[in-house]
Order: sequence, then C-alpha cells, then structure tokens
Amino acid sequence: MKRYAMVIDLRRCVGCQTCTAACKSANATPPGVQWRRVLDLESGEFPDVRRSFVPVACMHCANPPCEEVCPTTATKKRADGLVTIDYDICIGCANCIMACPYDARSIVHEPRYAYGSQPIASEAARADDQRIGVATKCTFCKDRIDLAERTGQVPGRDHEVTPACVNSCISGAMHFGDVLDPESNVARLLADNESFRMHEELGTAPSVHYLLDQR
Amino acid sequence: MTTPARSVERIAPRRQGNWDWRAAGNFIAGGAGGGLLANATVLAVWLGLDERLPLAAGLVMIGIGLTCVWFEIGRPWRALNVFRHFGSSWMTREAYVALFAMCVGVVAIVYGTLPAVTATGLLGLMFIYAQGRILAANKGIPAWRHPNCLSLVLATGLAEGAGLLALLAWGASWWRYPAALLLLFCLWRLWAWRRYFAALRSDGAPSGTIKAFGDMATMFIWAGNAVPAALVFAAVLMAVPLLVALAGILALAGGWWMKYTLVCRAAFTQGFALPKQPVRGKGQAGPAVKPGWQWSTWLTR
Repeated sequence: MKRYAMVIDLRRCVGCQTCTAACKSANATPPGVQWRRVLDLESGEFPDVRRSFVPVACMHCANPPCEEVCPTTATKKRADGLVTIDYDICIGCANCIMACPYDARSIVHEPRYAYGSQPIASEAARADDQRIGVATKCTFCKDRIDLAERTGQVPGRDHEVTPACVNSCISGAMHFGDVLDPESNVARLLADNESFRMHEELGTAPSVHYLLDQR
Repeated sequence: MTTPARSVERIAPRRQGNWDWRAAGNFIAGGAGGGLLANATVLAVWLGLDERLPLAAGLVMIGIGLTCVWFEIGRPWRALNVFRHFGSSWMTREAYVALFAMCVGVVAIVYGTLPAVTATGLLGLMFIYAQGRILAANKGIPAWRHPNCLSLVLATGLAEGAGLLALLAWGASWWRYPAALLLLFCLWRLWAWRRYFAALRSDGAPSGTIKAFGDMATMFIWAGNAVPAALVFAAVLMAVPLLVALAGILALAGGWWMKYTLVCRAAFTQGFALPKQPVRGKGQAGPAVKPGWQWSTWLTR
C-alpha cells in the first residue's frame, strides 16, 4: 500500500519557475497551459513587506471533488493516490474544472503552438490529439510512477521515477515520496516540520503539503 | 488576521471562463422547463386541467438547455458518456432525469393519464434539484457551493415555470391558478435570494462575486420579484389577466438574468491563501494572506 505525496518547503522556494519550465518540457503542454506554476504573493505595506513563492498544481486529493462530479468516470483516483484523467472517455464538460478549488485543470479546444498557427518540429513530434477538447492537469508524472512499479525503483529517491518538477528544483524545496512509509523523505519532513495543505477546510485532503516552519 | 496582498492574475479569485452562455443556457432553459413541468402538474392534479401544451413546452425547454450544453462540451460526439457515473455525479443524474422526463412526458402528453402527468411533474422538480446539486458540488466556485444556493436555484426554477405557465394561461378561464403559483414562488425566490446574498456577504466570498450580485440585486428584487407579485395582486383584484402575463414575463426575465449572473458573471474561483507566511532565514513567520476575498482588509480600504 502506497500513498504518494509531495512536500514543498516554502522556506526554500525562490520562485525561479524552473519547475514550471520542467513541467512544460516533460509534458509538452501548449502555450497558456501550465500544469505547474509558482505563485508570487506580495503582501504587506512598506516597510513591512513580504514575498512568498507557492508552487501549485493538481493536489491529487484523497477526496477529489473533480472525481465526484465527473459524469463520465474519466477522472479516477488510483490506489496509490494519483488522480488521473482518461482522455478517451472525457467529454470536456469542464465540470471538474469548476469543482477543483486549486485552479489546476485546463481544456484546450484547438491546437495551440508557440510560434503561430503551425507547430515547430518539437511540437509536431509531441502533438497529442487525445488532449484536445478534454480536461488536462498535472499527472504527478504518472508514467514515471508506473515505471517504478516495474523496475522496483523508488519515486522521490531515484530520479528516473520522480516527477520532473521535483527533479528540477534548484533549491531542494520540492520532495516526493510515499507518505505512508515512515522512512520516506516526505514522511520525515512532515514529522519534523510545521505544515499545511491548501484549502484543507474544503475537505479535499490534498496530497501536497507545504512546510512553513520547524516544529 | 489577513494582510494586504498584491492581486495578481490567478492568485486572487478570477471569473471562471469555461462555462459561458451555453452552460448558463442549460440552467436557464432547463430550469424554467423543469419548473413548468412541476407547475403544470400541480394544476393538472389539483384542477384536472388539460396540461398537455405546458408539458410539451417544458420538455422542449429542457431539450433546448441540453442542446446548449452539447454545443459547449469539448467532445460532443462522446456526449453519451455522460451517463456513466450515476454513483456520485449530479451531471449524470441530471441527464438520467432528463431522459426519463422525456419518455414519461411523451406518455403523459399522448395518453394524459394522471400517473404519467404526476411523474412528469416530479421529474421536472428533480431536474431543477439536480441542477442545484451540480452547482453545489463544485467546490471551486464559492458562490455555487454555498449551502443557500440550492434553495435559490429551486425557487428560481419554480418561479420561472410559474411565469411561463402564466403566459400560457393568458386568455384561458383558469388564469388565476397560475397567478397564485407565481405569487407563491416569487415570494419564495425573494426570500431565498435575500438569505443567500446576506449569507454570502457574512460568510465571506470573492469580492468579484459580491460585486456581480450587488450590481443586479436591486433590479432583481424589484423588477424580478416584487413588481410581479404586485401585478398578480392587481390582476386578481381588478380581474385583468394581462397583468398576470406581464408578471410572468418579468419573473421569467428576472430569473434568467439572475441565473446568467450566477453561472457566468458571479462565478469566481477560490483563489489561493496562506494560513501564515513561511519563515525565511531567522525571521518570523508572517501573517495570513488571502487576496481577493470580500473580507480581506486590503479590499475594504
């Protein structure tokens, strides 16, 4: 029994958006669609001002409201905690987008390219018609997690089977692993630090935890 | 404690852009159609009136609403997949209710049997209820998930249905009965609206939601509910059926504008928030931030 989770140390995030770029590169999302992004929150008034960086994406909730409302069963929650979308079933009704409190889902109704109406070579090579007209979102790099099942590698420890955003993080702010394994990096970080989950009051039980301070 | 925060796109709540007038069309036409089925059935059961025309009109309205949705979805040729998740999806349940209403409604129109007419009316009511639950299940839109939204959607659908029935009854001898239903449901809708909007403001909601509803509130209260109620009174007192038809038009237009606002203009996302800001280096944690909400202090300045 595994339950994959992401732990993001907000004390370490510098807002470089490398995770955003790594996600776009790994998943070939079209212009205007970012499965992962980093919020840049400025607050306070001079001279007492603050700036916080908060990486956000699909939270792979334990109680995903997107899965509940999906009329087609395209959105499903796997036993290991990943929330997935079956592009062959989704009708693109956008009900899941309305249900998600994390603004994590997108629908693109026609192909979009970075430079005009024609794809450049790399876009053409990775174009996927399945993803047009259906809901898309962060998959926690599902293919890598599935690879780990076959190879016995450990997501979060072995880079080949770890989400691209976590691999790319330059400040060591992002961590990934099995939260049910008390020896995992994510379980230890959560035990040692004060953390919170975004909009927990809505009962979604997100799998992304944010660290704020030491205990 | 919430501190001022810079409102940057997609941090603070933003107006959803995925459900446009086509999705609103389902709530507008379908809700009115379901309300018409329910209202017509009440009169058919109560007075034994021939309600085949209102039943047919109600089914057509539901069909128009679903057609609007069909034009909205990204993969329309897979639309039948909507029937796959009865266990928890209110959109699936709405589709089943519509299907059953169409089948039973045709039987009611062709044969006029009381059980079929009654079932059609109940299915109309269930259709509006399912629409309310679709909105309530969407946790990403605070205006929809508010517990008072469901009763407003129900009251609006029934008021619109009564308005349509009042229009259809123009020139008929039984025009006073739909007038009574219209009065009842307009007053219920007025109460439900005031309760909903007051609760939104006190419980907290995205400031864009409050503004969108605030912009339409006065007109909706008066032109959509109070004036139609007054017209019904006047019509009954002076025996002028034309005033009931006019009240029906106003109640219908008011409900449609309110639902368009609810689905399109006031539907702001949740946005993001921090319970406190992270410690950096050896400093202290900062206070909470929740930009773009009504009770954020930066918005009240």
